[in-house]
Parts: sequence; C-alpha cells; structure tokens
Amino acid sequence: MTGFPILSLMIGVPLVAAFACLLVSACTARWIALLATLVDFALGVCLWSSYHIGGPQWQFTEHLPLFAGFQWALGIDGIALMLIELSVFLMPICIGASWNAIEKRVGEYMAAFLVMEALMIGVFTAQDLYLFYIFFEAGLIPMYLIIGIWGGAERIYASYKFFLYTLLGSVLMLIAMLWMANEAGTTDIPTLMAYNFPVKAQVLLWLAFFASFAVKMPMWPVHTWLPDAHVQAPTAGSVILAGVLLKMGGYGFIRFSLPMFPEASAHFAPLIFALSVVAVVYTSLVALVQTDMKKLIAYSSVAHMGIVTVGLFAFNRQGLEGSMMVMLAHGLVAGALFLCVGVIYDRLHTREISRYGGLAINMPRYALFFMVFTMASVGLPASANFVGEFLSLVGVYQQSSWVALLCTTGIILGAAYMLYLYARVVFGVQKNADAAAMPDLSLREVLLLGPIALVTVWMGVYPESFMAPMRADIGHLEARLAQAKPAGDAKVTAPTGLPVKTTGEGSAR
Amino acid sequence: MSLVASLQLTAAESLLSVSGLLLLLVAAWWGDRSARFITGACVAVLAGAALLTAPALCGGVMGAQASAFYGQISADSFAAFAKLLIYGAAAAALLIAPAFFEKEGAMRAEYPLLVLFAVLGMGIMVSASDLLSLYIGLELNSLAAYVLASFLRNDERSAEAGLKYFVLGALASGILLFGISLVYGFTGTTSFGGIRAVLHGGTFGAGLPVGALFGMIFMLAGMAFKVSAVPFHMWTPDVYEGAPTPVTTFFATAPKVAALGLTMRLALFAFGTQVHAWQQVVIFAALASIVVGALGAIGQTNIKRLMAYSSINNVGFILIGLAAATPSGASAMLVYLAIYTVMSVGGFVAVLMLKDAEGNQIEALADIAGLSRHRKVLAGSLAMVMFSLAGIPPLFGFWGKFVVFQAAVAAGLVPLAAIGIAASVIGAFYYLKVVKIMYFDEPTNLAVGKSGWVHQAILALCALFISPVGYLLTKWLGGLANVAAAALFHVA
Repeated sequence: MTGFPILSLMIGVPLVAAFACLLVSACTARWIALLATLVDFALGVCLWSSYHIGGPQWQFTEHLPLFAGFQWALGIDGIALMLIELSVFLMPICIGASWNAIEKRVGEYMAAFLVMEALMIGVFTAQDLYLFYIFFEAGLIPMYLIIGIWGGAERIYASYKFFLYTLLGSVLMLIAMLWMANEAGTTDIPTLMAYNFPVKAQVLLWLAFFASFAVKMPMWPVHTWLPDAHVQAPTAGSVILAGVLLKMGGYGFIRFSLPMFPEASAHFAPLIFALSVVAVVYTSLVALVQTDMKKLIAYSSVAHMGIVTVGLFAFNRQGLEGSMMVMLAHGLVAGALFLCVGVIYDRLHTREISRYGGLAINMPRYALFFMVFTMASVGLPASANFVGEFLSLVGVYQQSSWVALLCTTGIILGAAYMLYLYARVVFGVQKNADAAAMPDLSLREVLLLGPIALVTVWMGVYPESFMAPMRADIGHLEARLAQAKPAGDAKVTAPTGLPVKTTGEGSAR
Repeated sequence: MSLVASLQLTAAESLLSVSGLLLLLVAAWWGDRSARFITGACVAVLAGAALLTAPALCGGVMGAQASAFYGQISADSFAAFAKLLIYGAAAAALLIAPAFFEKEGAMRAEYPLLVLFAVLGMGIMVSASDLLSLYIGLELNSLAAYVLASFLRNDERSAEAGLKYFVLGALASGILLFGISLVYGFTGTTSFGGIRAVLHGGTFGAGLPVGALFGMIFMLAGMAFKVSAVPFHMWTPDVYEGAPTPVTTFFATAPKVAALGLTMRLALFAFGTQVHAWQQVVIFAALASIVVGALGAIGQTNIKRLMAYSSINNVGFILIGLAAATPSGASAMLVYLAIYTVMSVGGFVAVLMLKDAEGNQIEALADIAGLSRHRKVLAGSLAMVMFSLAGIPPLFGFWGKFVVFQAAVAAGLVPLAAIGIAASVIGAFYYLKVVKIMYFDEPTNLAVGKSGWVHQAILALCALFISPVGYLLTKWLGGLANVAAAALFHVA
C-alpha cells in the first residue's frame, strides 16, 4: 500500500501508448511503441534496484477494492520480479525487430504488442486469483490478432489452434478458482498459497490448473499448437511467445500448483516426470528432422520446458532454482534464436534450412551472434542455460536418477540438433546465390542481438545476480513443499544423505 | 390496500398505457408523418417510466409493500431491475429504427407504439405475482411482438418470420395455459404466494402429485419457448433473420429479459420449494442451449442468424444461474442479463451500420471480409462485442459468465459449471470466425455506407460498457442485482 504504485504504472504506460498507437501514423506509432517499452524497461530497472532482497516476501504491494468479488491487488516477490525483468527487457527488442519487417497496419500491430506487454506484467504481478485469471486469459486476444493478421501463409489455422487450445485449457482453471475462493473464502493469492485444501479436492484442483498450465507451457502431448503458432507468427510474435508467454505456464506451476496443492503435486510428480521425459527425448528427436528453422527452435522450446517441469517437481531447492534459471535463460536464448531466424528471413523470405549455407562467409557478424546463442541453447558452461539445466538435473537426480539420466540425453540431443542446424546454415559452401548475396547485420540488428548476448553471458558467468532475489522465495516454497515431499531414490544410494545435500546447496550459491 | 396505493405502485405501467393510447390517437390523426415525433415521444415516455421505476429498485421494495391490486402485481425491486433493462433495450430499439425504416420506406407510426405496448406487457410479466396477470402480460407482449416481426409487409422473409413466430408462439402459449390449468387444479390457487405455500406444506404428504409436476414442467416448457432455450429454440434463427433488424434488436433483448424474469419468479418463488422437481429440467435446457447454440452457429453465413444462435447460447449460460436456485444465482442472472442486453444491442447496432454504397443492409458474413481496413472503429466495436459474447476477459462479457459460474459452484453444481464452461469453448470458435473474417481476410470493400450519429453514439456507449472499463461498474451492478434477487426470495 505504501509508496509509489510503480507496478500499476508499468501496466498503465503500455496501455496508454497502445491507445495512442491506434490514432497516429505508422512512423509515429513505431516511435511511440519504442518509447513506451523503453520507459517500461527503465521502470523495470528501477523496480529491480529498489527491490529489497531479504525484505518482506511481497513488495510494492497495491490494494484497491475496485471490483465486486475481487481486488486490484498487485505485488511481486523475487520470482515475479525476474520474470517481469525478462518481459520488459525483451519488449523493446521485439519492437525493434518489427521496425521494418512489419509494413501493413503498423499502428494496430504496435498496439497489440503494447497490450501484450501490459497483460504479461499483469500476470506476473497479480495478487488476486481472478485478477490473475483476467490477465492470463486476456493475452489470448492480442496474440490471436498478431498471429492472424501479420502471420505467415497458414496463419488462420495457427491462430485458431492457439486460441482454442489455450482457452480450453484455461476455462477449467476458472472453475477450480471459483471452487477455491468459495472454499477458502478469499481470493488473495498469498493467503491461498498457505491454505491447506483437503487432499481429495487438491487432486481435482491440481488437474484443472494443470490443464491450463500444461497447454501454456507447453508439455507433451498438448504442445502441438506451439510449432504452428511459432512458424506462422511474425518474428517478434515468436520472441514474445517463446520468451514470455511460455513462462506463464512455469510461473503458474510455481505460484499455484506447487504451493497451493503440495500433496497433489507430489501425487502427480511421476506423471509430470513421465510427460517431461517424453517431451525432452521425443521433441528433441523431432527437432532433429525439421527442415524449417522456426519449427526446429519451437520443438527445442518444448524440450527445454521439459527440463523446467522436471526441475519444478523435484521438490527441492536445486530443482526449483534450476527451473527458474532455465526459464529466464530460455526466454533470452530462444528469443534471440528467433531473432536470428528473423534476420535471415527478412532478407530471403524463407525459413527452409536447405536454402541457406555458408553464411559465415558473407555474414560473419551474424555467424558470431548465431554461434553465441546456439552454444547457449546447447547449454555450454558460461552460458545462461548451463546454470539452469545443471541445477535442474541435480535437483531431479535426488528424486529419480532415471529421470535425470533420460533428461540428460535430451541435452546431448539438444547439442545435436542445434549444432546440426548451425552447421547447415552457417558453415559449408554457399549453395544459393541469393543467400550468398545477403548483407551482414545492420546496426539495428546488432543493437537487438547484442544486449541479449551480453545478458546471456552475464547470466552464465555470474548467475548470483539473478538468483539472489529469488532465493528467499524459493526457500518459502521449499518449506511449503516439505510437508508433501515424496521420497526420492537418491537416498538409497547416498550412504548418509549428507553429501548430496551440501553439494546441492553449494552449487546453488 | 387501497386503489390509490396500487396505482402508485404501478405508476410506470399506467403512464405507459395512457400515453400509448394517446399517442395512438395522434398516429390515427396525423398518419405516418408523425412517426418520428411518436418515436421521440415514446422514448420520452420510457424515460419517464424508468424514473418512476427506479426508486423501487434503489429502495429495495419487497413483499407486502410492493403488492398491488390484491396480489396480482408485485412491483418489487426485482421487477424494477428487469423493467429498467427492458426500458433501456426498448429505447435503443426505438432510437435505431427511423434510419432503417426510412430507407426501407416503411417508417410507420405503429412501430414505436407496438414497442410501447410490448414493453407494457413485459412490465406486467416481470411484476406478475398471479397466474392471471402472468398470462395477460405475456399475451400483450406476444401479440405486439407478432406484428412487429412482420412489420416489413412487402418483405417475404419478414412475413414468414411473423407467421412462424405467431404459430409457434400460440402453441407455446397453449402449453403454458395447460400447465397453468394443471397447477391451478392441483394447488387450488392462482397466486404465486399461494402456490408456493401449497407446494411447500405437507398438503401432498409424501410426494408431489404427478399432475402438479406436469403443470410445473409444462409452464416451464412454455417459458422455455419464450426465452428460446433448447429444445424450444427452433423459431429463433428464422425470426431473428426475417424480422427487420431494429425489431430483432428488440427481440434479442427486452422480451428475453421479461421472459427470464418471469421464469425466475415462477421457478424460484412460486415453485421455489420444489427445486429438485424442476432443477434437472433447467440443467438440461441450460447445457443443451449452450451446446446447440454453439454448434448451430458454426455453419451460419448470415450474421443475424449467427446472433440468433448466440442468443440461444447465452440463454444457456443464464439458465445455469437458475439451476443454482440460490439468491446469488438469481443475482448472477440479472447481472448477466444486463451485460447481455448491452452486448446484444451493441452487436445489432453494429449490424445495422453495415451498409453498402447504396445504403442497403449487409447481412452476409462473407461481405464484411476485411472490414477492419476501411471501417476501423466499427470493426473494432463488433470485434469487442464478439469477444465479449464469447466471454473472453478482459471484456465485460466475461463478468456475466463469471458470476453465473460462481453461483453454480457455490451451490455445489461443480460438474454443471465445468461442462458448461468447457462447452463455451465451442462457442468461442464462431465468435472468432467473425473476428477472423473482419481482420484476417482480404477486404471486399462492400460495407462502405455511412451511418447516422444515433447509431454511432449507441454503439460507442455499448462498446464503452463492455470494454474493461465496465469492471468498474461491477460493485454497483452487483449491489443492485443483489437487492433485486433478495426481493425475489422474500417470503411474506
């Protein structure tokens, strides 16, 4: 309640700018959108710098009883803070990526993106169950329009699929929310996170939330909307989709499924493990045979999200921290990879891998950036993904060595498909004259990719900056989950149980 | 209770009937030249009636203090809520009509008067607390509506719509009357309060006699026809398509409110002690309406038919609130009705504004392809209406579905709520189709006709209401609906 309503402001700025974009010419709309997203980024930096690590769990809280039955209640913890930072960091890059690529209906496009940004921040800041739902669902409308209006040839099919899949997933969650509010007598998320629902009800509630988050995440086998949506969406749409929208699923698990239904989460952990292992192995194999670059990266996203879910349901600190790090890293790296695809798509208007080759010769700077992000996606040490994937796997190893083993094969496969992609596109001979004639990165493109590369390396070399704000909150979650923690198979092999624990803690810090 | 007190309670109805008769004389004297004047006068009369009605809602009048004419009429806050919605919808239907009918060359003075009499009938319907006044109100409304449906005499579709509406409406009235006679026969009274008491007490010993059960179900079936709930919905698409668009706007809103209001009073008050006897029927009708409304709309190529199926679909959601059979369920229905009325008016006004270069109405969905290119505001408003009807947040249509499902879950009907909301995804498909046609398809540039400022103003108001700004009204709207629902459940 105290202080400046910075979160409301961060939601409000893009909304006002979106409205302005609808009224002005294309060129002005671009500048307004860029300005608004940069203002939001600046606000995000303020937010991070004034976030008090070790302070109260919920900071920057706002409560306005505006509505019947629910409140305009905002507030963030460290987990939400990091995801907000990711969103506001990627948004100016998305606007920049669309600067020349979008030529028709620019004002409406920028407005849709700005509305998206406001809703994403809303999702991560909402402290009220129904407010969360409204933000969560509302994101469908701008994304539907973005895919449908500015997408590729199959855009209409993809937009329907995206919308209906995610809507069907979400509506059951609404019924579960209604039941929870009825049972607990409050819609306040922090209160509900500590509320003990009857175990029997937890199972159904967990499944209802799972239906929503699994689709959003996306988990195998409900991931099929993602490759379609990614391939058809414009570049910036893919960046936002991979960078932030997918994180809403993981955020949902962390914020709702795990703390609100710990017993049910433990009960269903084997299911999550099974689905995730299938996702990691199967979608990696699928990615290997793709001929469309965007589809390949889309499938790799599904595989990475599999690592996130196993980490989340490992019920220990390493797993949870690792999952958060994978989410942040994947948001940056997958976003950057889509930008890399967008760069050459803008020049040649095809995403077929076989149309390219030998780009290292005529586009050396591009090859360098693409290399950085490929290595990051593979999970090379000193890149962002490594930290997260390593922690996730350490976490899950304590629960189930088999799951850890199988997921690790996914990382090897990941190296295979990413390096194979890189080799075909960047190395080799210049097969096509038009591909060979493409100019190297422009200044604008360097400015888009450069910051992401810097942050990726920062996250890989000094992850502490990103983990410190989340540490206390992950601790709360771990304490909450302790009551339901399933027995893992790691205890059988560790003679005293001591070494596993301490090394895990050590690597987390 | 004196006659004066009764007249005071029914002041709005008196105003409507007296001014309706006077304006009829004006129409007879001046002919169609006076059509515009009479339209304006009727809107003023409706506004006056609304002013006379509002205090009953704000004051939360209920029970004996609302009872007029020896228990025939109950002018309580529930009736006031419904009446205000009806007056608003009727006023919108009047305001949007002149531009349409003048183009068709059918701007006759009867139109506003028929609407006025239909509104009078609806006012009696929602305040009826006796089988007799129920039937009078219903028939007054229906007779005016039959004529309105076939108002474009030279248009075959309009004549067909009127005939279909009349034949099927008469059948429904027959079913309703049969139910009324059975209920009267088994309970020995025509007053709602009396029926409630008889059904409640130990009069029938162990169980409800089959005859009384039949009577209740027949009455509800008759009402289901009036609200176009499945399986009594078949007339709706034909009538909505055939009737002149302003009349369709009227049909989709005011009579729905009136018939649902009457159904609520019947089911929740008169039969309120036998909830388990009718609950399954309502649950079936609700789910069937949601599914049939959604599936039926998918194949439609005419936007008015599509809106007809949409209204069937929406009635299904409203009936979920009835199935809950609680005050919060009734309150949720009223909130939904208010939002639905605004969405429908907005939708049909947008349809009215779709005109080609010569000013002819466009009704085929294919003809509005790419509308967003040259009519940005109109396309945007229609898209908002569509997303809102689909119940996608942050538009206000979501709130209607939300409160209804909230009531259902609170009443323990979780499976009903889960199935209903899952079926709403089917509905989302065809609403999306309209948006897709307007935004994704290549433009046909057919809908280029200009529209009048009245249409624009009404559409703007509706769009503002269903935009996220509408959520600021939730407290106020919910509060009024709670007052109204409390009156419905008040037992003297």
